[in-house]
Amino acid sequence: MPTQLQSRPRPSQSGSADVGIALQGVGRTYRDRRGAGVRALDAISLRVAPAEVLAVVGPSGCGKSTLLELICGLQRPDQGTVACAPAVLMPQRDLLLPWLSALDNAALALRISGLSRERARARAAALFAEMGLDGFEHSRPSELSGGMRQRVAFLRTLLSGKRVLCLDEPFGALDAITRAEMQEWLAGALAREPRTVALVTHDVEEAIVLADRVAVLSPRPGRVLEVLEVEAPRPRARTDAALIALRERALGALQGAPTPMVGAR
Amino acid sequence: MSRRPLAAPARQTGPPRRRARAVLPPLALVGALLGAWELYAESGSTSSYVLPSPHAVAAALWDNAGLLAANLAPTATEVGLGIALALALGFALAVLIHFSRVLRRAVYPLAIGSQAVPIAVIAPLLVFWWGFGVFPKLVVIVLICFFPVLVTTVDGLEAVDRDQLKLLRTLDASRWQAFRFAELPAALPAAISGARIALTVAVIGAYIAESQTVTVGTHAGLGHEINADLTALQTPRAYAAAVVLFAFAIACFYALSLAERRLAPWAAQPREVHA
Repeated sequence: MPTQLQSRPRPSQSGSADVGIALQGVGRTYRDRRGAGVRALDAISLRVAPAEVLAVVGPSGCGKSTLLELICGLQRPDQGTVACAPAVLMPQRDLLLPWLSALDNAALALRISGLSRERARARAAALFAEMGLDGFEHSRPSELSGGMRQRVAFLRTLLSGKRVLCLDEPFGALDAITRAEMQEWLAGALAREPRTVALVTHDVEEAIVLADRVAVLSPRPGRVLEVLEVEAPRPRARTDAALIALRERALGALQGAPTPMVGAR
Repeated sequence: MSRRPLAAPARQTGPPRRRARAVLPPLALVGALLGAWELYAESGSTSSYVLPSPHAVAAALWDNAGLLAANLAPTATEVGLGIALALALGFALAVLIHFSRVLRRAVYPLAIGSQAVPIAVIAPLLVFWWGFGVFPKLVVIVLICFFPVLVTTVDGLEAVDRDQLKLLRTLDASRWQAFRFAELPAALPAAISGARIALTVAVIGAYIAESQTVTVGTHAGLGHEINADLTALQTPRAYAAAVVLFAFAIACFYALSLAERRLAPWAAQPREVHA
């Protein structure tokens, strides 16, 4: 089944070498409602190799979401350069379209790429069982549980065929048990089907369980305080002593920052 | 649906009982109002030319059923076509306004101002241009009714989540695809809500249209009939015609609610669950 999740060659990216994600000295300032400049990000240099998972943790308002929008090309940096293979954004809220069935929501990227309704549905339907969603193809989002909605949103993201996934607090809205299940599922999905991932979260444990490297950002303007390598083999157990030690280090780096952070859950 | 056990009612209430609960309150209210009206009209403090009693109106309704039905036909046509055209015009204008700031600045003040122009001012021009048929009446109704559709649809289009549009952009959606997949379906229930508001004024709009424009022919519509009856001091028949308009407006309103459930079931769904 993994072959169906493989990246779909698109004219725009064919021929271009996969650089993963490369941010060089990126700064971004935006204007608030009174017109004052707010520096969101400052001198961010990060490199994510193809098929690598980078988690970005940091206090609320440190520009994590801005970072993802820069990677996705939704914003342009004021300073520095962003080089990236085509990226798809998965926002914190699932943002499923309430008028489409679960199946049509999952197939949305395929419809947008020009596939007919029938072919798009057939490709998405083939993955529903693997996601534990079979039987819910024709349910509307309002009839699904939070975890199921998130899985449909993931399916939509994966079916876009983009090589880079930008996940913005993908499990932030879920209860603890569902979140743990979904983290496990995502780890499995990425093991079967490697993608370049930028995962923004304020859950340090989540970052360490899922990522190859964890970048710790400072409060606004966001700067990279530290990049931690997570070398533990997969599948990872939360209770692994090495991971707990890393978690303490990451929390230490966050707490060393001048303003108090919103605690990791 | 078997997957929604929570939607099942806690107590056993069969369809007849539920229906009775839906129908009884309005019936009781109407009964009380009719009773008060009857007492007041029969008390001798007014004349039957000014206020006929309910039983006189009922008799007029019964005696003139054929005439009233014949006059309902053109009025219903005007209202039906008028609402359909107002929905189309209001929706189209809303989409144009949504896509173009320039058009928004140009069109919105005009649309608002148009609502303040008394129809009597422009009626002679409408008749001069389009004569005595149904068309000038449709123009009047559309003029009155497009506005609520325009406003609710613009708001519906604006209410689409910014994050939703960002997401669609990273899925490589074109502007048109973003409109087709996200904005259009979001605006549809808003437009129908606007049409429901418009409907209540459409019936009055039809009366104004029939009063302000000239009609040739025997059955010129209920508005025309009401004016003719009032002039001829046939007050009970004028009231009977008003009762027909009253019932017609209610029927149209519920027909539109049904249409909304068909066209935009996702918007109607939460109400079903909490009912």
